[in-house]
Amino acid sequence: MLIYGTALLGGCLLGGRLAGAWLARQLGVAGDVGGVGIAMLLLVAATAVLRRCGRLDARTVAGIDYWGGIYIPIVVALAATLDVRAALTGGGVAALAAGTVVAAAFCLVPVIVRIGGRLPGRGGETA
Amino acid sequence: MTLDPAALAPLTDLLTADGLVTALVVVGLITWGAEAVARHLLRGRVPGSVLAILAGLALAWWGGTVSGGSRGAAGIPWLAGLGLLGGATLRDLAIVATAFGIRPAELAGAGAAGVVGLITGLVVAFALGGVSAYACGYRDPVAVTTIAAGAATYIVGPVTGSALGAGADVIAVAFAAGVIKAILVMLLTPLVARSIGLDNPRAAAVYGGLMGTNSGVVGGLAATDPALVPYGALTATFYTGLGCLVGPSIVHGIVRLLLG
Repeated sequence: MLIYGTALLGGCLLGGRLAGAWLARQLGVAGDVGGVGIAMLLLVAATAVLRRCGRLDARTVAGIDYWGGIYIPIVVALAATLDVRAALTGGGVAALAAGTVVAAAFCLVPVIVRIGGRLPGRGGETA
Repeated sequence: MTLDPAALAPLTDLLTADGLVTALVVVGLITWGAEAVARHLLRGRVPGSVLAILAGLALAWWGGTVSGGSRGAAGIPWLAGLGLLGGATLRDLAIVATAFGIRPAELAGAGAAGVVGLITGLVVAFALGGVSAYACGYRDPVAVTTIAAGAATYIVGPVTGSALGAGADVIAVAFAAGVIKAILVMLLTPLVARSIGLDNPRAAAVYGGLMGTNSGVVGGLAATDPALVPYGALTATFYTGLGCLVGPSIVHGIVRLLLG
């Protein structure tokens, strides 16, 4: 049933947040460190187990897929709540800081991918 | 708007009361319009999702100007539902759902490279952010650290600033830097993706760790190749937490040493 998929998804998110909050406390930071990332790993693990037990049917998957499918619209809504005015009036230093960091980070993507070593994986250039 | 608000009250009351539904309809219309423009006017040269996100940003600017607040379009009562639809809960639920598309075979290689990207990304952000602040005349270690933290993400900036007792104006600059960064990443990613080899899970994980901004990464990958979103989100998601950790501590210590 659809709700099984959504409930599984929700459960992974809650579990991830709990783990992230625990990790944050261990590190002495307020909030949550990587809760969403942990939740993603939980979902991958949970669906792998369910698939092996033959309990992952199409309807359950649909209950997860819908949420993945509307995430672009959710991003549009997110964009609509950003403080764009502050960004535009933040002054030169804000734009300079953001601009240089973004440019450097983009340039480093292919560099780090190559340094990461030659591990098996699809795509990417081969030297 | 020059329409008489009193006459529209029954409509706006309804839209406000069913805010989430209104947001879904508005976003649906924006997405539909963006796809139409992308396909027929621009003949596929710009993805519809990029136009939709641009429209969202324009809406945010308009909404922030009209409402005089800091929540973009969500500051307008009948559009407040956008704050829920684009808020942390649904955003994170959707991001986690995309993990369903992760292929476990890709995970190990992507993860290792992603960690390297994450550490490098934080170093680059704090370093260049700090240098920018210094270049613009900031000399107080707290201010420099806070602005540098803003160059990480728009959450790390204010969090670091409050932890260090920075002034509200410095925190505002830090926040602005973070928002500009998120917007730049969101808009530039689909344009530069091919030239930086952003077309496989490992590159996406590295990219997520280097850019760090969740909104930027998720938005940028959405407009590039949705299949890559989970890999980018996986690393980007740890960035903010680690940034908040090292900002007020290690980074501040280093800045004090350099400026002392």
